Amino acid sequence: MKRHPTWKEFPLGCVVTTPGSAVLFETGDWRSFYPRTDEDKCIACGVCWVFCPDNSRRKVPRKVKRPGAMYADYFDFNFKYCKGCGICAAECPSCAITMIEEREK
Amino acid sequence: MTEPKRIAMEVSIAISEAVRQCDADVISAYPITPQTHVVEHLAEIAAQGHLDCEFISVESEHSALSACIGSSAVGARTFTATASQGLALMVEIMYIASALRMPIVMAVANRALSAPINIWCDHSDAMLARDTGWIQYFVENGQEAYDMTLCSFRIAEDNRVMLPITLNFDGFTVSHVVESLVMLTDEQVREFLPPFAPLYRLDPKNPVSMGPVGIPEIYTEARKAHDEAILASRAVIDEVWADFGKRFGRHYQAVEHYRTEGAQTLLVGMGGLTESMRGAVDSLRDKGKKVGLIRLRLFRPFPHEDLRKALGDAGTVIVFDRCLSTGGPGGPVASEIRSALYNLPKRPAIVSFIGALGGRDVRTSQFAELIERSEAIAASGSIPDYEMVGVRE
Amino acid sequence: MSTNFNIFAARLLSQDELFTQGHRACQGCSPALAMRLIGKALGFNMIVANATGCMEIICSPYPFMAWAVPWIHVAFENTAAVASGIEAGIKALRRKKRHYIDTGEKIAIVGIGGDGGTMDIGIQALSGALERGHDFIYVCYDNEAYMNTGNQRSSGTPFGASTTTGPAGTHSIGQTTQKKDFAEICAAHNIPYVATANVAYPFDLIEKMRKAKEAKGPAVIHLFAPCPTGWGCTASSSIKLARLATETGLFPLYEVVNGKYALSLDIEKLRPVEEYAAIRNVRDYLYDETAGCKDAQGRYRHLSPDLVARIQEQAHARYERLKAKVRMTQEW
Repeated sequence: MKRHPTWKEFPLGCVVTTPGSAVLFETGDWRSFYPRTDEDKCIACGVCWVFCPDNSRRKVPRKVKRPGAMYADYFDFNFKYCKGCGICAAECPSCAITMIEEREK
Repeated sequence: MTEPKRIAMEVSIAISEAVRQCDADVISAYPITPQTHVVEHLAEIAAQGHLDCEFISVESEHSALSACIGSSAVGARTFTATASQGLALMVEIMYIASALRMPIVMAVANRALSAPINIWCDHSDAMLARDTGWIQYFVENGQEAYDMTLCSFRIAEDNRVMLPITLNFDGFTVSHVVESLVMLTDEQVREFLPPFAPLYRLDPKNPVSMGPVGIPEIYTEARKAHDEAILASRAVIDEVWADFGKRFGRHYQAVEHYRTEGAQTLLVGMGGLTESMRGAVDSLRDKGKKVGLIRLRLFRPFPHEDLRKALGDAGTVIVFDRCLSTGGPGGPVASEIRSALYNLPKRPAIVSFIGALGGRDVRTSQFAELIERSEAIAASGSIPDYEMVGVRE
Repeated sequence: MSTNFNIFAARLLSQDELFTQGHRACQGCSPALAMRLIGKALGFNMIVANATGCMEIICSPYPFMAWAVPWIHVAFENTAAVASGIEAGIKALRRKKRHYIDTGEKIAIVGIGGDGGTMDIGIQALSGALERGHDFIYVCYDNEAYMNTGNQRSSGTPFGASTTTGPAGTHSIGQTTQKKDFAEICAAHNIPYVATANVAYPFDLIEKMRKAKEAKGPAVIHLFAPCPTGWGCTASSSIKLARLATETGLFPLYEVVNGKYALSLDIEKLRPVEEYAAIRNVRDYLYDETAGCKDAQGRYRHLSPDLVARIQEQAHARYERLKAKVRMTQEW
């Protein structure tokens, strides 16, 4: 995808032979807010993952291991694709997610 | 049938029989006069089990061609037929079908466009589709209609082409007449026509996407690729016609010459009326006049070189169009021929006549008259852009 | 029939992503979420025919493609016709033993179009395809206007909503006509399966997609999916508003299986429409306190209490009528 094809390189009828190639376009730079998850409050229910239109929630291991805890992972965001819509924050049943404004460091 | 035999058959039925022999997989059609006999017969033979196909009785021509794209996209051999208003309705999709490189074969029973509504023959429907990027040819009679249908599937589905084709034939004056023609055996057609093996198809096992957004960065290249494809199809068309001629003895060319030896005045036409034009040429030749007929069979890709060779040395070229480009610079074919010949160092006078619209008949004697009048027009030095003939003043 | 929204059941969803991230939809686009869920419902053995519109544009700027399954886009109004052709082509090729012969499982053919591309310009092609009985699924994602072109009114725009071609002003209340009852139109074609679904009820949606696939013949899903950009609401509120639309009775969830009506979610006491159309106090409902907003939907900003009451009355009447249909058809 470095440059567009010449007319000779064109696939027949503009067919795209790379299904799922949208992942090569990172939409993460669209956001103004990012979702910060409070690891302690997160119950790893996966609701945020269900409702994310951009499949930008992922399971990550908890930083603080809690003996006897049911789930070793919690859900965090995918900074490459998350557009910062805030649906995860709005839908989280345990209010574990807060939308924080992205600022230049 | 084990031997090719001569049979009397209505031309529409002959086209349907050709589609049957080609073992079409999907037929998606909507009825419109004068194409109805084509689709009716196909529905009948499907219902009788003579053709194993899915016959989709769609609810409009727009949907007919859309369904054709769907079926062609999964690799099914697809056929449809229409005319006039139906073609006008599907034009939006025609551009898409050719750009998506769907090898659909469509028979068009040429009929005038409304308004006023008119069900009889002229070429205005075909001309509406000039720029759609389809391969287009005009047949003169039943034998040609039958032969060209067989050739169409082979040309369209050739991996070097992969373009849809319109096969234009006169509404009523060709579609509804019973003609004597030679039909090939099913076996001969099977040998002539290989199975359809598309380069891409919609298959979950090997997913592809068809019809993405053509952003400005690529749209020009996409159009160029399409244009080059249709230009390159000429070689395949010639190849298939040559093979057809070799196997079955009937030879077809993009541009046909009739009694053109030594002719300084040439008449140019397309479609069924060229039979009457031949009669006119014969009658004038009998009187000792050196006139000839150039019959344009292949309209898209436009055979520039063939026409330049055929017409370049003539003194007067008379182009008879069966379509009015309202308010335009002349009949569509005349305008295109003028363009093709413009850059020749020596070029003929080109006289554009438009007539036989909406099923109006033009007789052999009238063509002879037009030819004779044209020489005077050409000699006068002031040639009008076009003239509509046969108008009651 | 009714799906208990057990939040921990998120783990029961397929992990496959058939509609990948990287698509160009706006933040908070619930139709995009709907596409993702449809992918999870049907799996890789599917072919998508997509109408021109938001979902088509955002997934397919050359050479990127968000769908990981075979996909075709032809034009705006002919999706159902294209799907018909695909279905007929596969049927013919399979029967003539040319191709598609070793897939034991049925390939799900899904036509996807927006409310504009389906209920308006696409209704003819859809009606034809339903009447002909092709074995395919049609999903109409309804964001209640022509959103891809900038929020122009469609026959899916509800009464009182302001759009760019039906704006509210001193001489108009916005949309003066009722939203077309699209599910009823499809049910009138006597097809095996029609259902309304809502992106805020993902498990119900997925279950309905599966039922649609299993139906022998055409199946239609009318899928409610808010558009924050067009509705003038915050991106984070799209799911919440979708849920409220059902809870207020404005978009009830039900199925019509071979002519028998059944409610997917029977709400005894409908929430007041004011909570949906004119949210004044968000804090009661929202979990995160930072995203308070006085007027939840810009397109309803102009509504007077009178109009809100009228909308509520209409919604309740329609809901009662639907419940009557359920009672009547269950008794057959």
